[in-house]
Amino acid sequence: MTARVTHGSRIGPIIAIAALLALAAAPWWTDRQGLRLLGEIYAYAALASLWNLLAGYAGLVTVGQQAFVGLGAYTLFGLALLAGVNPLWGIPAAGLIAAIAAVPVAALTFRLRGAYFAIGTWVVAEVFRLGAAQFSALGGGSGTSLPASVLAAIGNRAAREQLFYWLALALAAATILAILLLLRSRHGLALAAIRDNETAARANGIEVDRTRLAVFVIAAAGTAMIGALIFLQKLRISPDAAFSVNDWTALVIFIAVIGGIGRVEGPLLGTALFFLLRESLSQLGSLYLLVLGAVAIAVMLLAPRGLWGLLADRLGWQLFPLARRLEPRSSAPPVPAATTPAREASP
Amino acid sequence: MTSSADPILALAGIRKRFGAVVVADGIDLAVRHGEALGILGPNGAGKTTLFGMVTGNVRPDAGTVTFESRDVTALSPARRCRLGMARSFQVPQPFSGLTVFENLVTAAAFGAGEHESATYDRCAEILERCGLLPLANSRAGTLRLLDRKRLELARALATKPRLLLLDEVAGGLTERECETLVTLIRDLRNTGMTVVWIEHVLHALTAVADRVVVLHGGRLIAEGTATEVVRHPAVAEVYMGIPMDA
Repeated sequence: MTARVTHGSRIGPIIAIAALLALAAAPWWTDRQGLRLLGEIYAYAALASLWNLLAGYAGLVTVGQQAFVGLGAYTLFGLALLAGVNPLWGIPAAGLIAAIAAVPVAALTFRLRGAYFAIGTWVVAEVFRLGAAQFSALGGGSGTSLPASVLAAIGNRAAREQLFYWLALALAAATILAILLLLRSRHGLALAAIRDNETAARANGIEVDRTRLAVFVIAAAGTAMIGALIFLQKLRISPDAAFSVNDWTALVIFIAVIGGIGRVEGPLLGTALFFLLRESLSQLGSLYLLVLGAVAIAVMLLAPRGLWGLLADRLGWQLFPLARRLEPRSSAPPVPAATTPAREASP
Repeated sequence: MTSSADPILALAGIRKRFGAVVVADGIDLAVRHGEALGILGPNGAGKTTLFGMVTGNVRPDAGTVTFESRDVTALSPARRCRLGMARSFQVPQPFSGLTVFENLVTAAAFGAGEHESATYDRCAEILERCGLLPLANSRAGTLRLLDRKRLELARALATKPRLLLLDEVAGGLTERECETLVTLIRDLRNTGMTVVWIEHVLHALTAVADRVVVLHGGRLIAEGTATEVVRHPAVAEVYMGIPMDA
């Protein structure tokens, strides 16, 4: 029998490329404030996508990713201020340092399971924050700023803002593309298998711990590069801001949960919804946080697979189909369309 | 070097206890290449735990597991699978979010270490053989029990095992389904695969197994052909409560 295997529709890549081109041209259709907002949106889309890779695919529900946001930011500031390295080189360096740091963090936290793992990662992030506060060369607990002389290496203010914008877009697009390629490869199958049934995954030749470690290291590197860029844009760093559990984990989890965990499209929709809420409700003050909480609870109760999960279940929507569909060419009867070919977390 | 005279699987002095319950009390067992071995035993006799120790899911307290003349006692289940042993689970353990076809592709890509696209044809063939082809694109989590059991067998085959461990695959099947299964397992044997089969459905086991061992209280209490074993007084005692000297 000759089997033909397809991945389904090709509409996702076309939409993605069109959107990417339109967004790359944003400096010509929006002002500086618009660019900043978009840059922030890209950063959150990437952070949420990486968290979704960890929680939704590798089963690593962490609340400690701020450790790597902060580590990346501190790497960039440290290299720029103490070693005179061009801050742009600080971004890949942040990825590298975080990847290395992720190995002992994993060795420590992977012994824990479920809620204990979540708390463990948070504790590690707090250790990172307290460690950064001891680092007096970078301002200790009160932090420090990037001086104008360091920034001059990148260009004048207008050129810098544009460059940071494109970097944020490129980093987010590269992150999401890398996640898609990973999930489409055999390693994506391994991750789904581990998520669905760890025992059976081991029994079928999958090295569960090694696969999880690889994902953790990759996510740490991506998270740190985004963190480095976020704080390069802010020009100022402090331990409390760089290792903030609220900014870099709680909001990120909110985004992934309302969008839909375990689907590539989920965090993207979640990011869009979060910024819509934030921009339209920001004048409400602390009431805004109550609204966010209410939205999160409502989504968890009414659409436990997230809003993208709801759309995909009801309408069969898939922007980036991952499932491999078998279309055998043989005397055998044709394979009927499956009811739900979408790859999703099992309840 | 492996010669065909050496057993494909050898257990030596396997001991395992969970608290006060002894599930393996010094088990020695050798399985020859190409053999079909049946394992009988009442519920709780430790049959599934024994499989777990062969495949590496359960670590024995003492003893060694040798596969194709290689001591695998310390190897992970994943490693043992890649070396050429596969098992089905008594309670089916599908990758429920993946399609049936993807379940097999995953097993083939990792268990047999093949390039993913090179596995497609073989996986489709296995699905056809196991009667799962019409369900190839259904999510495994939506299957009914019988199809889940078929998937257990199909996924194990996708890893290209030389030693296949089956844990009660015939339970709950109708007479006809059971016949189909027996034919399939016989065919596999004829291709040279070694089969170790735990089964309560005696006539299915009898139809395939060259040799049957009976496990009780952590020991092998009887060994022989299926007919011999069933007549064995110790087996009668375990199953029927008839004392041995009766």
